[in-house]
Amino acid sequence: MIKHLVVAVGLLLPMVGAHAEVNKHARSLAASCAACHGTNGKSQGGMPVLAGLDKALFVTQMKDFKSGARPATVMHQHAKGYTDEEFELMGSYFASLKR
Amino acid sequence: MSINRRDFLKLSGAGIAIGAFPGLAFASSEIVKKKGQRVVIVGGGFGGATAAKYIRTWSNNKIEVVLVERNAKFISCPMSNTVLGGTRTIDDLTQSYDTLKKKYGIKLIHGEVTAIDTEKQAVMLANGHLKYDRLIVAPGVDFMFDQIEGLTADVTNESIPHAWKAGAQTVMLRKQLESMPDGGVFALSIPKAPYRCPPGPYERACQVASYLKNSKPKSKVLILDANPDITSKKGLFMAAWKDLYPGMIEYRANAAVSKVDVAGKIAKTEFEDVKADVLNIIPPMKAGVVASMAGVVSADKRWCEVDFLSYESKVHKNVHVIGDAVAAALPKSGHMATSQAKVCAAAIIELMQGKVPDQAPTIVNTCYSMVSDREAMHVANVFRFNAEKQAMVSAEGGGVSAARSEIEGTLAGYWLKNIMDDVLM
Repeated sequence: MIKHLVVAVGLLLPMVGAHAEVNKHARSLAASCAACHGTNGKSQGGMPVLAGLDKALFVTQMKDFKSGARPATVMHQHAKGYTDEEFELMGSYFASLKR
Repeated sequence: MSINRRDFLKLSGAGIAIGAFPGLAFASSEIVKKKGQRVVIVGGGFGGATAAKYIRTWSNNKIEVVLVERNAKFISCPMSNTVLGGTRTIDDLTQSYDTLKKKYGIKLIHGEVTAIDTEKQAVMLANGHLKYDRLIVAPGVDFMFDQIEGLTADVTNESIPHAWKAGAQTVMLRKQLESMPDGGVFALSIPKAPYRCPPGPYERACQVASYLKNSKPKSKVLILDANPDITSKKGLFMAAWKDLYPGMIEYRANAAVSKVDVAGKIAKTEFEDVKADVLNIIPPMKAGVVASMAGVVSADKRWCEVDFLSYESKVHKNVHVIGDAVAAALPKSGHMATSQAKVCAAAIIELMQGKVPDQAPTIVNTCYSMVSDREAMHVANVFRFNAEKQAMVSAEGGGVSAARSEIEGTLAGYWLKNIMDDVLM
């Protein structure tokens, strides 16, 4: 059943998110960052805190990592794996969290 | 289920027999009475513990979570090679499960699963059973001792540790290194891929060499690799061996150990007998035995095939598998297990409400390897779901460090701090 819904639901997801309290796809994308940046972006040290980060700042920095404008040890590689739309989604999600 | 039956089973000592007859699942007592919707998770490692925490958090505590774990405390396998090098102790990698219980209301059962009845949706333990609506199997790996003649679980616990699950064997291996004479040989046997933590064995060679270089500089590290080549971060490891431990590490490809002389500490390959002062055999691996109990081992008789949108087994409905046990082109790492756990947790919450899970899961993996007491290097990748292939595939741009560095060594420590916190706090 799931296979047949792939295309349709994929397109609908952003709308579903807009109606719900949180965009679950964005939350899911952001959750994978926690190994380094802490649960909900609340880093316990070392890596930057992402919770409450200004969305535009988040998106700009991710784009700069992707282009190489901002050098990094790891983030240039991760940034290249995401689309600009995904930067926006993650940026909105982290911006919505309390520091 | 009924007190009479439970008492009967107690009296007749039928706990063991139940394992052989999973159909009897409901004949024993229910350990924690199931009221509402429930997920039972077997295995409280990086994957299982993360799934437990995130199901509770993201369902606003509406779904009951019972976590079954055999060990009293969580011990991180990532960074455990540094215990061999001497920059960490096993206590530094050990954490209690208390916060998962207190802060998240997860019901933690310390015990061994003896059988799983996927028809009646129940997990059997020695003292009764647990019913589930959905089951997450997160057993990590178990070892295929039958692949190496002379090697058994007892041998690894007593004299030739694999130390590939962090804990008592890690400590024993460190002690063996401490008692090794200067000029001795440490031999490390690496199994054919796939195995847990692809760069781990090569990192281990570095950590052992780091200790020996300072304490027993005439000693040697001999790597017997069953693979045709170094399987991860090859250039970086070769550079580290050459620059940091010149003349100390010897690497042999296509050197699968098939037999061990336990008393003589001799590892036998097709080509030679290697006598070691400290012998460390990492045996070939398969999905942890709990996966076999659930009947979800489907690939190569070793690993579990899943739907990557939910990590539901391709064999049994309502049974999910996460972490090292999964058959996938994904690295078997702690970070990967947590990433899979979160996709699985989110999907289970949706499925339990009759909704459709996220159709575009995208996850990351970052693995650091400590190559000295201070320096590290990493491999980092984004993986995204490919609907056509029904598989997780590596996204563009992933890769390894340009070079090892002290900055990455520091970041590796913070990685450990943050991921342990994400899993357990």
